[in-house]
Amino acid sequence: MSNVKDVIVKLTDVEKEFDGVKVVKKLNLEVRKGEFLTLLGPSGCGKTTTLRMIAGFSNVTSGEIELEGRNVADLKPNERDVNTVFQSYALFPHMNVEDNIAFGLVEKKVPKAEIKERVAEMIKLVQLEGLEKRRPAQMSGGQKQRVAIARALINRPKVLLLDEPLGALDLKLRKQMQLELKHLQQKLGITFIYVTHDQEEALTMSDRIAVMNDGVMEQIGTPDEVYNRPKTKFVAGFVGESNILESYVTQVDEDLLHISLESGKALLHAPGFKNEEMIYICVRPENLLLSETKKEHFSIRGRIVEHVFAGSVIKTVVELINGQKLRVARHPNEEEFEVGTYVYVYWHPKKAIIVHTVEEQIYNVIEGTTNRIYEQLGEKYSPSAREDSHDQ
Amino acid sequence: MINKIKNKVTPVVMIGPATFWLILFLLIPLFLVIGISFLQRNGYGGVDMVFSLQAYFDMLTPEYLKIFIASFRLSVATTVICLLIGYPFAYVIAHSSEKAKPFLVLLLMLPFWINSMIRIYGWNTLLRSSGIINNVLISLGVVDVPLEMLYTDGAVLLGMVYDLLPFTVLPIYTSIEKLDPTLLEAASDLGATKLHRLVRVVLPLTMPGIFAGSIQTFIPSLGLFYISDMMGGAKTMYVGNLIKNQFMSARNWPMGAALAILLIVITLVLMRLYTKVGSLDDMV
Ligand SMILES: Nc1ncnc2c1ncn2[C@@H]1O[C@H](COP(=O)(O)OP(=O)(O)O)[C@@H](O)[C@H]1O
Ligand SMILES: [Mg+2]
Repeated sequence: MSNVKDVIVKLTDVEKEFDGVKVVKKLNLEVRKGEFLTLLGPSGCGKTTTLRMIAGFSNVTSGEIELEGRNVADLKPNERDVNTVFQSYALFPHMNVEDNIAFGLVEKKVPKAEIKERVAEMIKLVQLEGLEKRRPAQMSGGQKQRVAIARALINRPKVLLLDEPLGALDLKLRKQMQLELKHLQQKLGITFIYVTHDQEEALTMSDRIAVMNDGVMEQIGTPDEVYNRPKTKFVAGFVGESNILESYVTQVDEDLLHISLESGKALLHAPGFKNEEMIYICVRPENLLLSETKKEHFSIRGRIVEHVFAGSVIKTVVELINGQKLRVARHPNEEEFEVGTYVYVYWHPKKAIIVHTVEEQIYNVIEGTTNRIYEQLGEKYSPSAREDSHDQ
Repeated sequence: MINKIKNKVTPVVMIGPATFWLILFLLIPLFLVIGISFLQRNGYGGVDMVFSLQAYFDMLTPEYLKIFIASFRLSVATTVICLLIGYPFAYVIAHSSEKAKPFLVLLLMLPFWINSMIRIYGWNTLLRSSGIINNVLISLGVVDVPLEMLYTDGAVLLGMVYDLLPFTVLPIYTSIEKLDPTLLEAASDLGATKLHRLVRVVLPLTMPGIFAGSIQTFIPSLGLFYISDMMGGAKTMYVGNLIKNQFMSARNWPMGAALAILLIVITLVLMRLYTKVGSLDDMV
């Protein structure tokens, strides 16, 4: 895969516990030099915690973090060549824009003249000209955000950590800043580790996305991989909209699987599966097709429930006979179906993805409850209880 | 209707006693003091009902100015020492574990529950010639004759610092507590060592607390008289003692009253400054 030399941040089996609760579990992650890597996941999944361990604000409970091949366990935040853009901006309220941005250079004892020059350059880069003497309290959220970014970037860190930096901005400004940040990153060639819970933001900006769920990194890959080939049900559901269907294989025909769902039969392309296996499949709204006539191998039937206008596409909601609702993205110029009409739902066999097999599910359940079971067994198998538990 | 009357009556009933209390024990005495300061003393320890500015003119004589200067110096020294000790003190409390914090704050407040004069008397028993410290030093053979510790200016300063330290620490503690911890993280993140973080971020941002602590120490230090009485043997005269003496022994009531008014005016000016800086707090 990647050349070892290219890896700038490496996390090996990193775990973090708060009061005995694991909030980051066995995290293995290699961040490549110059890439824009996003940690994506719902709130509370451990993104900030991960970032804080890389920055040095928080110790790992176990595992190792390497920066440029060097274990940083003993390095304090001020000794690590990384900088952070905090979600709350954390600008120094008693300093104006210039002094905030210059903070790191003053610490590095850079000569005054050079500081002045670099601060001016940075202010230009983030388009804050004219606001040099403003205090943070006198600025808007977007402006403060730019100061926070400039203050971190001016130190030319090896890695810039950004914790939901655009979270507090309104939608329009956020979209604009997404592009600006991405361009800035490309221009400067600095490695970005970016945290967000916004999947659209992650897809727009990242070179690679690491999707986290409940402290576990479920998948890492390019936006295209994560979106088009989600490996787990969670990723499929979290990144982009998806319709997840439970089914089992009724017939294997080379790489083609004939599957049976509660609401009908369907076909999908996936090598390596056996008859009668239970699988979860995911079909994106834009890959679902509707037809008045039955298509070969497909017999999923549903009723049009509503059309939702969503700008360039129309989202049509179809209710299947088992009550499950599918969302179908359609172009306005496609054939119009009236609400209440019955349609057949189908897809191109290659456009449905298997995201979850039942074995996987059982395995996860076992893994999750093993400890608890062992504990219970431990109680049961204690000397006094040993006799009766043998009978069970 | 009944509600309306109730709404009008309730506040009066509620503040009534407090207002009455304030008028009886604060306002009336205050006007008495102001009034007396403009009267003429008579030879028998009382006042004649004759208007006079004599007391105020007397304050400008060198003896009195010397006392003001001594008082001012003592108060400044007390405030500075209280700040030097109090800031690290407050810092340590604010950064101690969540479990230890309430206990440490309690320790800080504990002295308030014992009469301050009794506590100062405690120092007296420690420091005097036959006091505990001297006894220990002599029995250890460190010194032959007891050290002169009590009844020195140093002892007065010690007593003042001891007595007023909590007033310095509490506002500073509050301002350090209020500090957003991510600001400290940001400073470390940008390369600041702990010391630089303190100097460049923590100190400037806790200035309002430092200022409040200083004023809350400085104001009472001007008027305290029993500490210099009990620990300084009244060797050096300060404004506090002076006022007390004018009323109790010198029997020059107009002078005592005028001096009291001077202290009140100084306090008001400082309070005004304090509230002004207090509003700076919001800006930071
Ligand atoms: N200092 C802490 N003490 C205890 N629990 C914490 C602490 N910091 C975070 N957590 C917990 O760890 C989990 C992950 O938090 P966090 O990393 O902030 O999530 P995210 O940034 O993905 O929203 C949450 O359940 C949170 O409550
Ligand atoms: Mg977070």
